[in-house]
Amino acid sequence: MAAPIAEELAKKQRAISIAEFFEKNRQILGFDSGPRSLLTAVKEAVDNALDACEEASILPDILVSIEDAGGDNVTLIVEDNGPGIVKEQIPKTFAKLLYGSRFYAIKQSRGQQGIGISAAVLYSQLTTGKPARIISKIDRDKPAHFYKLVINTSTNEPEILEEKEVEWDRPRGTRIEMEMKAAYIKGRRQSVVEYLKSTSIVNTHARLTLVEPDGNSIVFDRVTDSLPEPAQEILPHPEGIELGTLIKMLRYTDRQKLAPFLRYSFSKIGLHTAEEICKAAHLDPDSDPHNITLEEAKKLISAFKKVKIMAPPTDCLSPITESLIYKGLEKEYSVDFIATVTRAASVHSGHPFLVEAGIAYGGTLGKEDRVAILRFANRVPLMYQQGGCAITHAVENIRWKNYSINQPGGGLPTGPAVIVVHVASTHIPFTSESKDAVADVPEIMNEIELALKDAARKLKIYLSKQVNLSKRREKEEIIKKLLPRIAEKVSQVVEKPTPDITPIVAKIMGNLLVYRIISKNGDGYLVDILIKNYSSANMTINLHDTHQYPIRDADPEPKVISLGKDTDYIWKLDVRSSSNLTIRYHLPFVSEDEANSLPSLIVEGVDEALVNGARAVRGYVD
Amino acid sequence: MNNLRQERDKIAKQSLLGLVDGFYQQLEDQTIPTLVLPTRTKNNIEYNDESEVWVYGDKESARSAKTVKGARQILKMSYTAELLIKEHLENNRGSTLRELYYISENWDIAKFNEQPESDRMIEDLEIVTSMQREDFHMRPEEDGATVFGDLRLKETTKRGERIIHCRNDVGEGGYQIPFSVDNVEFLDHDAKFIIAIETGGMYARLIENGFDEEHNAILVHLKGQPARSTRRTLKRLNEELNLPVVVFTDGDPWSYRIFASVAYGAIKSAHMSEYMATPAARFIGVQPSDIVEYDLSTDKLTDQDIKALRSELSDPRFDSEYWKTQIKLQLDIGKKAEQQAFAGKGLDFVTQRYLPERLTEMGIM
Repeated sequence: MAAPIAEELAKKQRAISIAEFFEKNRQILGFDSGPRSLLTAVKEAVDNALDACEEASILPDILVSIEDAGGDNVTLIVEDNGPGIVKEQIPKTFAKLLYGSRFYAIKQSRGQQGIGISAAVLYSQLTTGKPARIISKIDRDKPAHFYKLVINTSTNEPEILEEKEVEWDRPRGTRIEMEMKAAYIKGRRQSVVEYLKSTSIVNTHARLTLVEPDGNSIVFDRVTDSLPEPAQEILPHPEGIELGTLIKMLRYTDRQKLAPFLRYSFSKIGLHTAEEICKAAHLDPDSDPHNITLEEAKKLISAFKKVKIMAPPTDCLSPITESLIYKGLEKEYSVDFIATVTRAASVHSGHPFLVEAGIAYGGTLGKEDRVAILRFANRVPLMYQQGGCAITHAVENIRWKNYSINQPGGGLPTGPAVIVVHVASTHIPFTSESKDAVADVPEIMNEIELALKDAARKLKIYLSKQVNLSKRREKEEIIKKLLPRIAEKVSQVVEKPTPDITPIVAKIMGNLLVYRIISKNGDGYLVDILIKNYSSANMTINLHDTHQYPIRDADPEPKVISLGKDTDYIWKLDVRSSSNLTIRYHLPFVSEDEANSLPSLIVEGVDEALVNGARAVRGYVD
Repeated sequence: MNNLRQERDKIAKQSLLGLVDGFYQQLEDQTIPTLVLPTRTKNNIEYNDESEVWVYGDKESARSAKTVKGARQILKMSYTAELLIKEHLENNRGSTLRELYYISENWDIAKFNEQPESDRMIEDLEIVTSMQREDFHMRPEEDGATVFGDLRLKETTKRGERIIHCRNDVGEGGYQIPFSVDNVEFLDHDAKFIIAIETGGMYARLIENGFDEEHNAILVHLKGQPARSTRRTLKRLNEELNLPVVVFTDGDPWSYRIFASVAYGAIKSAHMSEYMATPAARFIGVQPSDIVEYDLSTDKLTDQDIKALRSELSDPRFDSEYWKTQIKLQLDIGKKAEQQAFAGKGLDFVTQRYLPERLTEMGIM
């Protein structure tokens, strides 16, 4: 009798290691095409280097060198000045998947899962059969250690092919060299150059040097010498906790009583809150957390929602800050204007997060081009799947036309602009393991939109000022340069005195024109004050004509105020848009010289820039 | 200098001064200086029944000092007018269009950025003053053409008046038309008609064969697309001496345009049509029908030729039974011929047979 088929099948079944899994599914981690594989490897190595430097409070100085290794292969070398790795940890750090220090920590960091660099090593050995070569040194006075490593994929353990002490000219740091099947490309967004440029925009404290296969080197230099405020590690917040996680925490805690367990395992739960939660869950605060049943754990979860718990602390986040995004954009783009915004922290499923945005505008950017969107998650540039990302969706949701930016077809805007969005969180909800796009979490989308609108408002104010300024500048060119030359030249040709162009200036500027015409009249003089309003606004003014001579038969009659030697004659006038007024009075018993040297008229109640022919003073006209 | 010329200089100066004074008055009246010009586009060209030429219509556009562009134009116009008044007309000097562009180098913000801009400014001045650039002593760069025949004229030159007979006092090349045709006065002649000829080869053939003497003709060499002074001369000969004008060109679409610019006026200079066009001028050949009739040696029409012929079919200036028939025939046979093609029939064929036959047919001989 044949054995049941299930027994036959069972013989074939066995556990597969994580390394074997990724050996077969490398596209999950971003190692599919040639260009992308190189970019992913660079990204993993640079992210690690930046994280390590920041944790050790070292200003990062990172070298990325790419050499042609013949055929379809390149050699990637990434070298940093970070704290280095102790000898014993080197093999596992680089040649064991899912090994790392950050998986359990709740704080903002670039890498989290401990897959990144060992995945690059795995990819390198799969495509070339060559080991990774690592040098690391932790102190000036300590030796540098050299390793040749491969991953044993069936056990997911490092295999050391060679190990020795070597001379290394750096005082400290780590260097990794891998040969892999990959391609170095330029001239498009998804390239090593663009990745480093973007990285440099949001990591303004880092110096990144790229040596290209042809030997050309490009330096993305730092613009600040101060390290970002380090992110603090926090306890999980009860709001986002899942049942399974809670049960795991209950089972493995060292605490003997439920209330202290709650207090010391979660953030923002104090003595009082812990008791309130127990009460809401109908559980004894003194019960042993290890004995909590599944049903009781469910009650705890619902109690978390009933009791008011403060939002998680946000010092676990490390924003780039408005001023450094500004400086980062300023150093990489030649633009006319930059607006940056850092929003206050917010929470999605218990995870604190915050959004920052920047818009760089004008300069050498193409006027007809799609606006470039630079997406960042925890200071790491996102290079792929732009269309599937919450950041892109938020950009598309905004009506850019309201902010003077074109948006043909309602999708991505066009114009001379670059948009930067940075999402920082203890937990970035990516759409896939390769961490290319942020998922459309409503709280995050909402914050991105608010940040972008805030930056766009600043841009709009700038743009509308530019429009007014250019109109004003055009008028100024006419008034200051062209019109006086026309008057001068025309008078020369017809051989007549140069006319006073003040009235025409007022017309062109759309201003209030006030001027005096004095003519001989019997023994004295006749004074006409003409007031013309060329602007589109109605104006109410006080007109002051202040001099020492008595006036007669004024029409209309002014208010007269004696100022000692002088007399102030004041007319309160309503001058409607595009209308004229004339004031007339007689000035008896004055000489020609006296009549022609009356002091200038004064207009009260209109801005200085809006008056021609008279002096303007601030004042309230009632 | 004779009185006639002084008189015209005075008129030119007055009209330029009037223009500038217009700007001055606007400044005095506290209005923003404004310049009004006819719109110089194809859709503002219309046929004038009275003068039988194409002139600008009544669409106008205004340039005001409210805009930088308008203010610049008015400033440049004032500078140009000053040059014409003070240098040219008051000092009896002249410049070429190219020189004007260089002179403006010293005008600071009023200088021209490129020569087409200064050329256009002179056209603008012609339009607003209803005068010609020759009146402002503005010389064209190209030579005038030449005249040969029994015509005596008086030309006022810098060095005094010269009386010239266009056959006896000149060489085989003929009398050279000066840029300012209005300095010439026709004294007497013994001619029955004028024949304007496109190419130098044919002009020389007619002189060599004594066509002018035998048939009492005045020969005018067009030198391709005729200069303004040549067109003005033809008009004056036609009107003042009451002589019919016939135009003798190659048999291709570009030559028909030469004829049209002589007879109807050019679109680009429609403001000058009444001054330069000779509506009574008639086309003598080479006609497409001649190609068939005389079996002339030919070239194939190029794609450019065919395009040009088609565009002439929709050109209002060629909207006549005669031209439609001829152009359609030419498109049919797909051929073109040069004036010199008649030489294939013998050196005297054109003077002995073709021209006498055509002139008789046209009722001129």
